[in-house]
Amino acid sequence: MQSLSNRKRVIEQKPMNIWERIYLPAIVKGLSITIKHFFKKIPTIKYPEQIRPYSKNFRGQHSLKRDEMGRERCTACGLCALSCPAEAITMVAAERKKGEEHLYREEKYAAVYEINMLRCIFCGLCEEACPKEAIYLDGSHVTADYLRKDFIYGKDKLVEPKFDITQLKQENK
Amino acid sequence: MAEEEVKLTVTIDGIPVEVAPGTTILNAARQIGGDIVPPAMCYYSTLEGSGGKCRTCLVKVSKGSEKDPRPMPKLVASCRTTVMDGMEVQNISSPEVLDARKSVVEFLLINHPLDCPVCDQAGECKLQDLSYEHGVAQTQFEFRKRTFEPIDIGDKIQLHMNRCILCYRCVYVANQLTDGREHGILGRGDHAEISTYIHKGLNNDFIGNVIDVCPVGALTDKTFRFKNRVWFTKPVDAHRDCPTCSGKVTLWYKGAEVLRVTGRKDEYGEVKEFICNTCRFETKKTADWILEEPTPVDHESVISANHYYTFNPPAVIEESKKLQEANEEQLARTERLK
Repeated sequence: MQSLSNRKRVIEQKPMNIWERIYLPAIVKGLSITIKHFFKKIPTIKYPEQIRPYSKNFRGQHSLKRDEMGRERCTACGLCALSCPAEAITMVAAERKKGEEHLYREEKYAAVYEINMLRCIFCGLCEEACPKEAIYLDGSHVTADYLRKDFIYGKDKLVEPKFDITQLKQENK
Repeated sequence: MAEEEVKLTVTIDGIPVEVAPGTTILNAARQIGGDIVPPAMCYYSTLEGSGGKCRTCLVKVSKGSEKDPRPMPKLVASCRTTVMDGMEVQNISSPEVLDARKSVVEFLLINHPLDCPVCDQAGECKLQDLSYEHGVAQTQFEFRKRTFEPIDIGDKIQLHMNRCILCYRCVYVANQLTDGREHGILGRGDHAEISTYIHKGLNNDFIGNVIDVCPVGALTDKTFRFKNRVWFTKPVDAHRDCPTCSGKVTLWYKGAEVLRVTGRKDEYGEVKEFICNTCRFETKKTADWILEEPTPVDHESVISANHYYTFNPPAVIEESKKLQEANEEQLARTERLK
């Protein structure tokens, strides 16, 4: 059959000559490569003691942001879930009641917001899709666990803690 | 002897079409179909007297007719202008029209709150499509937007006056379909708003159709409010024996649950057969309906995201008794560790 790519070459096979038959030069050549590596710089680092610098746009665990008044920014618009290629995000929306204006920014909010960290591929598309700047992948690594159900992170793990300026301890007074 | 039908020839963007006298330019364009159909926010083919308010369907008439070939001096609203023999119309081939449309979109968005992430209409909103297609990303308007106090118009329909573009479609629905209109436009100019006079509920039969005709999210289904986003639900055509209406609807499924019932919309987002309130609000079980087929959705529409065109998508994983038993055993073992 004719080759489709026209890149087919017939390999010529010849019997080994005397140098090749005694194998010693090949062994010496291989050993020299091995010994050369003893004197090279080691590319690995000793991890827990030494940590490599992170990239500026490293994407870690998600956090749901609050606005300057401490209200949740997320309005459960579903665009993160729509953009998610791994289908890791689910949410249930609810309507803000009277008297909850200090908790949620808009009239709709996410009552349940779950990310399956086993599905998530940390691509950052949710961050890009969010129209309210509510989700950022600015956390650290998602830690290992034993059970699958523990990888479904709810709002308790995702919403960033409230920052209260009055509780801030002033040092150097 | 049959009366000979008079046909007028009109050319829209260079495509000739023969239409009956009295047809509007918009409808002539719809007979051709495709890209050259002007968008319409207020015109609704099944509502008499609608049109002429939003100005998004502006076109340029470069030749008035065969007898009077002068062009029309200004851009005309294609939903209100009837064709004449030999008329030549420019829609997308005229930069003037595209420019005017851009300005119209900007005008419509001046007081629109742009709260699409909260709005239930997002995903099937005509204004969203229009501004995506014809609008500009920026606005020159730097003042405070006009806002209204939210009013309650009953437990079935939610009114968001801030989103309204005053297309009057819902007023025509109430006039032409129901036995007595209870809402209307109050105020004038910048203060004009859809309202019931002294806060009353909209309770007439067929009043639910105001939800379907509303091009924006001003009138939405209260029973569907914040339940789910439109693009996560799957539309399925269904019908039922209804004594008051045609009973032909679209059911919007999420899983096995019917979240919402709407009328069937055609390619221009218009409902041809209006449905009654019982169909829309009361019958939300699969058992009430005879399912036909999944509603065909334009593949560019966000609603088609992750949807199959068959009722039961083929299983991804083969069902295996052996594996299920093993999984159950595994689960029992891990449950003990908790």
